[in-house]
Amino acid sequence: MTPNGSANGFDRRQLLVPAIAIVFAVALPFALGNYHVFQVTLVLVYAIALLGLNMLTGFNGQISLGHGAFYAIGAYTAAILMDKAGLPYWATIPIAGAVCGLAGFLFGLPALRLEGLYLALATFALGVAMPQILKHKSIEAWTGGAQGIVIIKPDPPAWAPVSQDQWLYFFTLAWVIVAFVLGGNLLRGRIGRAMVAIRDQPIAAQAMGVNTALVKSMTFGVSAMYTGVAGALGAIAIQFVAPDSFTIFLSITLLVGVVVGGLASISGAFFGALFIQFVPNIADKISKAAPWAIYGVILIAFMYLMPSGVAGFLRLVRAKWFRWRAA
Amino acid sequence: MNMNLLLHQILSGLATGGIYASVALALVMIYQATHLVNFAQGEIAMFSTYIAWALIQAGVSYWAAFAMTVCAAFVLGVVIERVIIRPFENGPILAVVIVFIALLVIFNSLAGWIFSYTIKPFPSPFPAEPLFGNSYVSSHELGSTAITLIVLLLLFAFFRFTPLGLAMRAAAQNPVSSRLVGIRVGWMLALGWGLAAAIGAIAGMMVAPTVFLEPNMMGGILLYAFAGALLGGIDSPGGAVLGGFVVGVLENVIGAYVGTELKLTVALVIIIGVLVVRPSGMFGRVHVVRV
Repeated sequence: MTPNGSANGFDRRQLLVPAIAIVFAVALPFALGNYHVFQVTLVLVYAIALLGLNMLTGFNGQISLGHGAFYAIGAYTAAILMDKAGLPYWATIPIAGAVCGLAGFLFGLPALRLEGLYLALATFALGVAMPQILKHKSIEAWTGGAQGIVIIKPDPPAWAPVSQDQWLYFFTLAWVIVAFVLGGNLLRGRIGRAMVAIRDQPIAAQAMGVNTALVKSMTFGVSAMYTGVAGALGAIAIQFVAPDSFTIFLSITLLVGVVVGGLASISGAFFGALFIQFVPNIADKISKAAPWAIYGVILIAFMYLMPSGVAGFLRLVRAKWFRWRAA
Repeated sequence: MNMNLLLHQILSGLATGGIYASVALALVMIYQATHLVNFAQGEIAMFSTYIAWALIQAGVSYWAAFAMTVCAAFVLGVVIERVIIRPFENGPILAVVIVFIALLVIFNSLAGWIFSYTIKPFPSPFPAEPLFGNSYVSSHELGSTAITLIVLLLLFAFFRFTPLGLAMRAAAQNPVSSRLVGIRVGWMLALGWGLAAAIGAIAGMMVAPTVFLEPNMMGGILLYAFAGALLGGIDSPGGAVLGGFVVGVLENVIGAYVGTELKLTVALVIIIGVLVVRPSGMFGRVHVVRV
């Protein structure tokens, strides 16, 4: 399946791009000011969330308009564990992932009966309901109600000669590498193929022995787990969680990121993350009066020029280039 | 809670339900032709309501402004389909969904920019005191329900008894064959968009006196309308209308019993519960999968 078709399906050139990317990513925070490092940290956070949503929407073909809810659950899990249970920040990430994975799996079970638009509505409802649930009085002692929770910014360990922002960046980067290596293996392997098979030919997949129900709800769980990990990392980076940071708008932004980056593409998560982090800023610079109108126009232009997302566009350009060289 | 209050909640639920039913119908019209849900429907309706507001501010009488706004919304719908949606005709479904979301933020932002985000009162064409001396329904609620029903009736007649309505139904159901018998399918789709925008504009003008005019006024309404359309069955116009009314009543009654803070959540949970039991809605066609 590799483009240059080596025998064992593995090629050194395949590692070249990720290796360059990692070297670049490690050097980056030393070239930027603290605020920009913070922004790039958020890009990495979004990339994990988008990879999670892409598993569900891009690979498995289930549209979710409510992934902001899982992002919120992850963020709140991390914040409550740090604020109330006094856990160190790094220990909250796997717990947040596990909580969200379970939540996603459980939500995925009834959602199995819903397809396409109906699933979109169910997840949309989840996204809309989440801020209301987080504000509710019965759990206010934990969530801090509408005020939210403030988290203390973690200090870098004594051996690391970096600033707090740079440390958070590297901490997030480590999770990105783990998430993408594991996610890439999952998606390229047997389970990933089963996901794609269910998206494209559900009946044929079933006939081939794919356990459709299990794979679909498991995809929901893994997808929610990734988004929850991102939520926890995001909460630590921003040092604050509040119900109004996790409105339905976040869910829609995540879906925008997935489609702009490229459906069913692993690298697309980074392009999508760059888009959702920086394009609103650019739109704001162009017009202070109606920034979201500019954002919408940019979005339509993106979809018009690259209907299959940035990753799909790059794939197309690469294919053209190889054909041109071969000719 | 006494019966009078419950009756009052049900009746005013029917009035808001009428608004949901109109927007749900607008969603179904576009869905039938394209199998897509237009998330920008609510914002187009909101923007049209601002046009009506501006006309009334300029001194135009209410009903003249009403008619002009409906026409303007129709043109707006046609132009959006022709200019913005057209190029994505053969594109991936999610790309079109993203374009809808883009339209949503564009209209929301434009309305805020042109007309400011401050909440504006919007006049009601109906008298302030209740009709027929009843104590249950305000005359605006009664009047807007009547207008909703008239719109639904007109639409039904249009689709059922006119050649153009027949052509539009044909284009939605079987584009290829329709094209073969000489129907201009692309234009039928644009007309559908225009009609949907016009219905939305009427719904916007009917709801604005109760929720007040502001750029975000249609957000919740679109969600309820979407829920109503799915509850009734998104491929059945009659079902969507009924679904809209059911959601309106449900929302109002739940609001009275559970309190407003969780009414959205409870209403949505009930709707999803119904959908889990009946995945194609109450009146939707059950799709038989061919192996």
